[in-house]
Amino acid sequence: MGLGAETRHRIARRAALEITDGMVVNLGIGIPTLVADYISSDLHIMLHTENGILGMGGSPREGEEDGNLSNAGGYPVTIKAGASYFDSATAFGIIRKGLLDVTILGALEVSEKGDIANWIVPGKRVPGMGGAIDLAQKAKKVIILMNHTDKYGNPKIVKECSLPLTVKEGAHMIITEKAVFHCADGKLVLKEVMNPYTVEDVLSSTGANVIVDEKVSVFL
Amino acid sequence: MEQKVNKQISIEDASRYFFNGMSLMAGGFGGVGAPPSLINMILEKNIHDILLISNDTGFPWIGPGKLITEKRVKKLIASHIGSNPEAGKQMQEGFLEVEFVPQGTLAEKIRAGGMGLGGILVDVGLGTVVETNKQKVDVNHKTYMIEPALTADVSIVYAQKADFYGNLVYDKTARNTNPLVATAGQITIAEVEEIVPIGSLHPEEIITPGVFVDYIIQSKGVDWKWVWELKQGTGLQEEQRSK
Repeated sequence: MGLGAETRHRIARRAALEITDGMVVNLGIGIPTLVADYISSDLHIMLHTENGILGMGGSPREGEEDGNLSNAGGYPVTIKAGASYFDSATAFGIIRKGLLDVTILGALEVSEKGDIANWIVPGKRVPGMGGAIDLAQKAKKVIILMNHTDKYGNPKIVKECSLPLTVKEGAHMIITEKAVFHCADGKLVLKEVMNPYTVEDVLSSTGANVIVDEKVSVFL
Repeated sequence: MEQKVNKQISIEDASRYFFNGMSLMAGGFGGVGAPPSLINMILEKNIHDILLISNDTGFPWIGPGKLITEKRVKKLIASHIGSNPEAGKQMQEGFLEVEFVPQGTLAEKIRAGGMGLGGILVDVGLGTVVETNKQKVDVNHKTYMIEPALTADVSIVYAQKADFYGNLVYDKTARNTNPLVATAGQITIAEVEEIVPIGSLHPEEIITPGVFVDYIIQSKGVDWKWVWELKQGTGLQEEQRSK
């Protein structure tokens, strides 16, 4: 919350680097949706949506929207050559069978072990999990894009999640406006800091044990 | 062949299958592919105390969201209510009981109901609150939850085309849960944009075989504005929300 457009786009631009030729990818709502803008058009990528498209394209031109062709958030989209439509059982069969190479999701909290909480704040906000549990548990690679801290400045990367989990040890990577972390073998490794933040900035606003990689780089 | 089968009925005749306290399954995803005329009929006929099974609750003025806004639903089985603040409010107030099911699991539970199965084995949600009170079974050295099948007194779906036998063809992402929901009702009523003669749909293009469909009605079309049609600052969004 409260991240400026430029920052949101920088996170999306960084996440797009994780997408390589031939991948099948599902993008969640919010910052993850922006990632599509940064995927090189030279790559052959199939974007998957929970509401039944493999091969989703960009937004239509104004006036060319089709009420029966939308993304999972309900906004109009187009399709690219080779796309297919299918029902919800097939949409989730693709996920459950492990055919998604990457899913990019938002989160409320992520633990140092890679536990993800992103669907419920008991007593406050109870939107439901939608497809988040299926995606986070079954995609080959799960990338979390989120604010580094909540609106009160509290770390969202923590030792243990306080909120009900979406998945245990599901996250492979976390990208925030301050840093890029890898999650592997129950450990959180700081790999990159986002310009203009420093390693110290990152560590002081992170509530988990962090291993600082020997070769931390800066992402501009 | 002479046309002897005709499942088309009026929306008035269709209304006789709806009753207070019924279980109702509705196709649609974020309101896309939800049957607008049938939902309006349920509102007009004052059907209430509904157990609604639906992927989500749409938006307050879109799709099954209207049934929530008008307080016709007492229990909901869905994967997501986040786009409908009214559903969240009624849940917090204790008016609406909500059972959340992961989206893919919900789809398969409905499919199982429609395919005559007792349930499914699924591991999505193990290690989370989803597994609370779930019966489990080990198969091939893996642990699964047993998720019972879902059926309903009446299923309502939206399709692009039907022939008079009830064979259905959908349109793009308006397909979503509709082919699953269409199979899982004790009675299935399909609202369609266009009704065509038997024999005019190619057998290869039919997604739902008409044997699953009891009745078809002619749609009066979508009567709501989509979220993306509501331009910010025009007040239209607020007006729609308050409806």
